[in-house]
Amino acid sequence: MELFRTTNIDWLGKKWYFLGFSLIFSVAGVLSMAFWHGVPRGVDFKGGTLVYVKFDSTPNEDHLRQAIDAGGIHDASIQRISGALGQVANEEVISLPESSAADTSHDAGRERVLAALNNNYHDSHFEVQQVEIVGPTAGKQLQKQAWLATIYSLIGMLVYLWFRFELIYGVAAVVAVFHDTLITVGAFSLTNQEITLTVIAAILTLIGYSMNDTIVVFDRIRENLALSRRESLTDVVNRSINQTLSRTVIASGLTFLTVLSLYLFGGEVLHGFSFALVVGILIGTYSSIAVAAPMLVAYQDWRASKGKAATLPAGKRAKS
Amino acid sequence: MGKNLAGKTASIIAILVVACFGFVGIPHGSLKESIRRNIHLGLDLKGGVHLVLQVKVAEAVSGQTDNDVARLEADLEKAGIVGASVGKLDPTHLDTITISGTPLAKSSDVRSVLADNSYATYAVASNPDGSWKLTMKPSAVKDIEARALETSIETISERINKLGVSEPTVQQYGLGANEILIELPDVSDPARVQDIIQSTARLEIHQVAGGPYASDQDALQANSGVIPPDSVLMKGSGTTGGADQVWLLKRVSVVSGNDFRDAQPSTDENGRPDITFTLTTAAGNTFYKYTDANKGTGSMAIVLDNRVREVAGIQGAIRDTGRISGGGFTQQSAADLSLMLRTGALPASLEFLETRTVGASLGAASIRQGVEAAIGGMLLVMVALLIYYRGAGVNAILALILNLILLLGFMGYSGSVLTLPGIAGVILTIGMGVDSNVLIFERIREEMRLGKTAASAVQSGFAHAWITIIDTHVTTIVSAMILFLFGTGPVRGFAVTLAVGLLANLFTAVFVSRVIFDAVLAKKERGAALSI
Repeated sequence: MELFRTTNIDWLGKKWYFLGFSLIFSVAGVLSMAFWHGVPRGVDFKGGTLVYVKFDSTPNEDHLRQAIDAGGIHDASIQRISGALGQVANEEVISLPESSAADTSHDAGRERVLAALNNNYHDSHFEVQQVEIVGPTAGKQLQKQAWLATIYSLIGMLVYLWFRFELIYGVAAVVAVFHDTLITVGAFSLTNQEITLTVIAAILTLIGYSMNDTIVVFDRIRENLALSRRESLTDVVNRSINQTLSRTVIASGLTFLTVLSLYLFGGEVLHGFSFALVVGILIGTYSSIAVAAPMLVAYQDWRASKGKAATLPAGKRAKS
Repeated sequence: MGKNLAGKTASIIAILVVACFGFVGIPHGSLKESIRRNIHLGLDLKGGVHLVLQVKVAEAVSGQTDNDVARLEADLEKAGIVGASVGKLDPTHLDTITISGTPLAKSSDVRSVLADNSYATYAVASNPDGSWKLTMKPSAVKDIEARALETSIETISERINKLGVSEPTVQQYGLGANEILIELPDVSDPARVQDIIQSTARLEIHQVAGGPYASDQDALQANSGVIPPDSVLMKGSGTTGGADQVWLLKRVSVVSGNDFRDAQPSTDENGRPDITFTLTTAAGNTFYKYTDANKGTGSMAIVLDNRVREVAGIQGAIRDTGRISGGGFTQQSAADLSLMLRTGALPASLEFLETRTVGASLGAASIRQGVEAAIGGMLLVMVALLIYYRGAGVNAILALILNLILLLGFMGYSGSVLTLPGIAGVILTIGMGVDSNVLIFERIREEMRLGKTAASAVQSGFAHAWITIIDTHVTTIVSAMILFLFGTGPVRGFAVTLAVGLLANLFTAVFVSRVIFDAVLAKKERGAALSI
């Protein structure tokens, strides 16, 4: 079976559509981060207390809120976890910001939530499944470390690509990956889903995946440039994308299948994680064609306009 | 090409067997059980308590200078220097000791006392007015801090071991921030564990210099507004129980922290829980001298974590055993406290930074759902590969399965812990594994379209795809290594499975898949078509 034999799509001719599409999504995300939901950070990063309670039956939301309020906790947010397909939605996440936990001791928040629940629901009717308490310094430190690790690893990738191809290839790949991360984090902001440590792992996964996709296209461009030096760069890039298109669709499609099944059936704990992957794989595949490759051409045009040699460095010749 | 196929196949099978042994071990019970024994799951997957705490190492430094103040007072007195006042005047510099009030004429005597090797950890400066300033050297401060962290880890480990938690982890965490990570699988009540870990359990016996008073103000008034420099005020419920009272205690303790050899829960004559302690021989001698000298006249306070637990008159000379009673103990609290005393005092107090508790049922449910979904997804991928690539699809499936086996084998041998972020690494590995196969197959198809024979299409397909695979894999492995270096906890778990998975993938997608192709081609006649 074969999906595409020889496609002949003018990808670069559509670059303005791509630019528009990317801009709309990036700007929407950025606006949401700046003015609407912000970057919703989980307890992991912002500090605070999170109590995950499973009730025997779906509790009345108002009653639960009153119970928590009566326990002297006024700034708690209560979130119902939608049951996975065919399950009862009887799980609630009660989260308290750091300020309400830190007034007396590290685990004051948890104790107050438990006391409030015990006063209003009988012991047998609920079960505390998970408690997370993160102090303010720990949260900040985790956040800083996750950022630094990500930035350093991007620099590492850039340097390797510089060494294997040319600097512009590395820059284009990193810009594409940054674009993907921005849009994915934007998607979290738009849908107001919290970014937790496992979501960070998912974002790292999407960075790896998107980078992989971009390199496959770049490798083909390098190979084609080495073969035919007279063809225009636009044609070479178009041809390279078309040649790798069936691979792109098959590989991304298959990975997408796995991730989608994780998103649909993987359960609540994996929800944010698999959401990031679902968005990330779509956007990562798109960006290698629509962001990274056009950047190479744009770079060459820019060089030409400055009167420098119009040819893109073909990259170090591939050894075979 | 096609050379030494038997040798290659044999080495692949050998590697496969070794990897299987890594996570199955010697088969014993069901396969599921064997795997569970060899693959360690993180707390996010199996449930338990995860704590990160910080050791307040500055307290240990301050404690050392406190001791040195007392020693210095004694040494100066022994050298016949009277009227010296030794103390830590500056509350913001607890590593600094000042000596004032020594006559200028005695300067050389002070200098010779300070020249003693036991003060070598201080930088000494003398002022023209005859006062002295001792500042602890940075290297000594560092030593004390490192020792405090180490002792804290040891003490906490011992306390946890005595609680009987299976497979606990107590280790240094983070980069030089004096943090300790504690992981307790299968523990669901963090509160008690937290109490037991956190209690400094610094038990001291001080001489009572005055009191009890109703409040700090009363105490000040009774002492004409000034607390003597050798004394401190300390709160506690004392013998009476009930409301807190204030005592004036001699600053330097008679018996302190590490002088205790043993402590056991016991009951007093009324059947109430109390604690019996035993002192070390040396401390017992000191204690004997002290109680003998003060019997009938003085009283002493038993102080736990800077709070008076009990005040008792000294009725007779005591050598090495004593009792803490009347503290309103329950059987549980007496047992917990004696456990803490037995395992020794913490050199500094602790602050909790993170507490995460995952119920075992949630852990089990999440892993089951996640694994089922992942397996379901993989099966879908395998079916799709078979439909799309037919014969070659089998190569890809074998390569993927072998990749997973190698990864599991590594996890088993290295004892790495599989966490949720680790599973993210596995997913990326699978994604890139599928991609490697697809890259190769598409390339072979392209070459065949150009009219090459099956054998040479395979040959050049692998050759071309190989470069791309190397580039994608090395880039990702480089980033995984950097993540491992700079990341902590979850980010590291991701990096480890990713790096190992990709190395395994280079082997399976390129080498193993090639051997399978060669084996298939070797059986075919020249020029026969390839199922791809």
